[in-house]
Order: sequence, then C-alpha cells, then structure tokens
Amino acid sequence: MLPVARRVVRTRRELADVWTIEIEPEGDSFAFLPGQFNMLYAFGVGEAAISISGDPAESGRLVHTIRAVGKVSEALARTRPGDVIGVRGPFGVGWPVEAADGADVVVVAGGLGLAPLRPALYRLFGERHRFGRVVLLCGARSPKDILFRSEIEHWRARLDIEAAVTVDHADREWRGNVGVVTTLIGRAAFDPSNTVAFVCGPEVMMRFAAIELESRGVRPEAIHLSMERNMKCAIGHCGHCQFGGDFVCKDGPVATFEQLRRRLALREI
Amino acid sequence: MTSSDRAVLTRDGLDALIATLAADGYRVYGPTVRDGAIVYDDIAGVADLPAGWTDEQDAGSYRLKRRDDDALFGYVVGPHSWKKYLHPPRRRLWRAAKTEEALTFTAEPEPAERFAFIGVRSCEIAAMAIQDKVFAVGDYADPQYRARRDGAFVVAVNCGEAGGTCFCVSMKTGPHVMSGFDLSLTEIERGDLPVYLIEAGSDAGRDLLARLPCRPVEANDITAADAAVAHAAAQMGRTLETDGIRDLLVNNPDHPRWDEVAARCLTCGNCTMVCPTCFCTTTEDSSDLDGGGAERTQRWDSCFTLDFSYIHGGSVRSSSKARYRQWMTHKLATWWDQFDTSGCVGCGRCITWCPVGIDITEEARAIRSDLTRETKP
Repeated sequence: MLPVARRVVRTRRELADVWTIEIEPEGDSFAFLPGQFNMLYAFGVGEAAISISGDPAESGRLVHTIRAVGKVSEALARTRPGDVIGVRGPFGVGWPVEAADGADVVVVAGGLGLAPLRPALYRLFGERHRFGRVVLLCGARSPKDILFRSEIEHWRARLDIEAAVTVDHADREWRGNVGVVTTLIGRAAFDPSNTVAFVCGPEVMMRFAAIELESRGVRPEAIHLSMERNMKCAIGHCGHCQFGGDFVCKDGPVATFEQLRRRLALREI
Repeated sequence: MTSSDRAVLTRDGLDALIATLAADGYRVYGPTVRDGAIVYDDIAGVADLPAGWTDEQDAGSYRLKRRDDDALFGYVVGPHSWKKYLHPPRRRLWRAAKTEEALTFTAEPEPAERFAFIGVRSCEIAAMAIQDKVFAVGDYADPQYRARRDGAFVVAVNCGEAGGTCFCVSMKTGPHVMSGFDLSLTEIERGDLPVYLIEAGSDAGRDLLARLPCRPVEANDITAADAAVAHAAAQMGRTLETDGIRDLLVNNPDHPRWDEVAARCLTCGNCTMVCPTCFCTTTEDSSDLDGGGAERTQRWDSCFTLDFSYIHGGSVRSSSKARYRQWMTHKLATWWDQFDTSGCVGCGRCITWCPVGIDITEEARAIRSDLTRETKP
C-alpha cells in the first residue's frame, strides 16, 4: 500500500517529548473513526503506527500526537510546518461510540493514552445529548506529564462532564489527586449496569482499570481497551502485531475486556 | 476423467514438457542438487533434475544419498519452498523522491515474469493455498503476490515415498495431489527408466498436455501409480494428532513443556525460514546519499527475533519460551482463528532444519500426553 504525501501545517509541543502535528488533507477530506490510526512515514527514516488524536467531525484536519521514543517517532515529532510526510490509513477498529447511545460513558486514560481517546471525547461532547453521564478519568506520571492539560481544564469547567485527574508523583504545586488512575474509578458517579467504558494507556494500567470497572459492575463486554503492538504493515500481512489469534492492526486495536481478559493476564503473549 | 486428461510420458516427454513451458514464456523452476541438498532453482531440462538422488531426513539431519535407480523425484522436500518465488525473501515495496516542492511515491511495477514450478509436492500445494489466504484475499490483497500466483503454472508430483520427518497424512495435505495444480506427475517404474503418469488439473494443463509426446494410459500404469502413492502414505516418518489441537495449545500457555523446549531452542529462526507457510515480514527504509531518494524494502522476518515484538520500552516476547510458544501456537492453533486452516502442512522442514532437532510433532505430543496423564486419577 502506497503512502500519500501530505504537508504538515501546524505543530505544537505538548510535553517535553510529545508533539501534536496537524497535516493538511490536500484538497480531499480524511474520514476516520475515533480510535483508528495511521501509518506515518518520515522520509528515509521509516514508518510508525500513530493514532489519530483530532476531531472526527473536522475531516479537513488530520491531527496526530506523537511521543518521541524511537528514530521514526523522533523524526515525525521533529517535523515543522511545510515538511511533507507519507500517510497510509486510516486503519483498525475504533471506539464504538455509537454503542454508548443512551448509556453512561466512562473514559479512562493513562499518559499518552488520552491521545487516541480524544477523538471519542470530541464525538461524545459534540453529541452530548445522546449519552447519559460522561466521566473522564486521566492519570499521568507527574503534573508536567499531563497531556492536553488546558483542554482537560476546559472540559472540567463544563457542568455536563465529570473530569478528574490524578498523578503518580506530585510536585510542590500540585493540589490534585495523587495515585494511579484506577483509584478514581471507585469515586466516579456512573450507573455500572448501563455504562460503556473506553480505556487506553499502558497495558498493565488498562488491565487494572478494567478489573476495577468490572468490580463496580460494568459488564466486561462494555469495557473497551486499545492494544498496542509492533506494526509494520497495518494490513494483517507482516505478522508483527499478533496478540493470540488477533492481528491488532485489523482486528483491533480496540477490543473488549471480555475478548482480551485471558491474554492480558498472561505474560509475553 | 477422460482420456485427454491423462497420459504417460517418458523421460524425453518430460524434457519436452519443460521445453514447452520455457517456449511458452515461463521461467521454469524445479528441484536440483546444489551444496549437498535438493533446492529449487532455474532448470533447463530433465538433466538438471536430481536423477538417482534421494534424501535421508531426521530431526536436525539432512543427507543426500545415491539411489539404486534413476528416479527423478525419488526424494521429498529440501530447505527451499516455492514461497521464495511467490513471497520473495526480499523485495522493494516502493520508491520515494523528494524535491523542494513535493514528495512522490512510486509503486513497484507488477511482475511481468510468469513462473512454472516443476515437482510441487502435495504438502507444498497446500502451503500455497494457505499463503493465498494471507496475501490474496480481502480488502488488502497484495497485487504483486496475486500477479505471481495467478501467473504460475504448477506441475505437481505425487510422492512415491515419504521422508523421515514427513507427516502430511496427519495434516490431511498429502501425499496424493488432489487440486491446485495444472499438471500432476506420478513416477512409476517401467524397465530401465521410470515413466510418468501425467494428469491434467486445469484447462491450461489440458492444453499443454495435448501438445506433448505421450502414450495412452494402460491399466497397470494406474495400478502402479496408486501403489506408489499408497506406499508413501504408509511410510510417514512422523505423525501429529490434530484432534482438538487448537484448544489444547491455546489453553496451555503455561504448560511446563514450553520451558523445557525453550532450554533447547536457539531462537535461530531456521524453522520459520524453511516453513512454506510462515509469512511474516519486516521492512527496511533507506535513503540515497544526496537525500533526494528513498525506498522501502520488505524482507522475511521471524517471530524468533527480539525485534519482532519490540515496542518502546522492550520486546513483548523477550524469553525464548515465549517466542517458541508463539511460533508453535500460531502454526497449529491460532492460525485457525485467523485463516480457518492449520498453518502446518506436515512437510517436516522445521524438524529437519532445526539445528538442535526440535520436533513440532514431539512437542505437541508432549503437551497432550502430560495432560492426559494429569487427568488420570
């Protein structure tokens, strides 16, 4: 599958090692579902799977949030307006926002996991009347690692959304919650019997968040997690992203806790 | 089957078959002896085939041996499989060019060359059908693979004897070629030199057969051919019990046998390289020295490498236990979830070419028998 060349129009440094880059759709719009990802190519360096972090209602804007952790993500994060990168996508199964119609929605994000959840949040907020209570629970390692901080503050000011943030390690200025994000689940107000949950973050965080949600009474098939695996092709050919029988690139990345539970409890699957 | 569908070829007739395919524009590949093994390479005629050779195979062992006859197909499969032509070990995916104004991507052209494969075994035809399910169907079917596959002319061979690591009967993939071929051959003994019962399996095969010098089939040709295949089927070097194998492996990820095999496994990846169905690849990106051009190359990869499952922070499967378990569980169990078929065709290559002689049939048996023992009072 051939990448399509697209120009970077805006970049923004989010955290010390995290940038958001906006790419122009070059005339055509770019339709995607919340939770889907693209393969982004930095010229001569390589390709990486990067989730889309923008608003699906704004199909004219293609937004990705990238943590610079390897040579490809560093090259992508270093791009500046005017640079051209290659894009293939969108790929994968996203967050089933429609399935949450009429239900309470609990969104649990750990660290950079908020990026692939943001398109779902935009859709939830954009069609707020369709859902019951909407709860956003964010965890970060420290106050300086809180992704999209000003946006979270803006959401938190809304009266129709419950948003809470916790950090693993506080600093002197921090006046908020301290502890892992799962500790927020027990305190949040939602009706477990009629709740859909979207969880994204490190694998161990997702597993314990799912266990906590289930212990509050959320059905395991209503708890959705987004998996991360090595990906080379994104079309089920390269074999790298296998997680048991699933190809995370096309069977996922989003799957239910019911589907994933056994495998998440095993090491090195 | 009508009389136009089958005939008997002599060795000269077989030579004519190869020459006709070449004249029709096919690049003809077949088995040949090189570096002490029977490999697949270009062949110009019968003279390039391994006449009078056989192979002796066991776990971690492969030796060529002289036969006491002049059979052309008196051996089984070697370290190569046809996947090296249909799913090449290395290929460029695209090239990119960068100027001040633009970045352009150019796809590799679809291959113009058509292949003819001589001497494809039943297990190998099954392997092609399995790789078709990976590459040739669905929204993301690979046009390059399809072009190579659709253009290929398959001349199959029914095995007259089985190898020491063969277990196609267990996997229900052989030894008798049933479909997926254009022409099939069965080598039968007749006087000084063997002759070949040739049968058409497609219209293209029928058309070609009509152009070959051959004689009509006699009743004892059929009897001899059937006897040869029955002989191979009765001679399997290995067996693998497939009943319930998917659940057996998926439900036993913590079986102690995985630790035991991991203590022997070198994680060299040989099994994945010789396997005719293993399809995993990785990509390499490179750029010109002047920075104006770049390209992406795909090459075979193996789930036995640490890089294979690397995500930032480390490899998902860092232990050799996890990597062996992934390979074998995928091959025999989760392949069913993905492609509604086993990933194993029972060719035995992974057993023969494992440097420490790990035997997939023995590992599967160990997991099964331990469980049987545990459930007894």
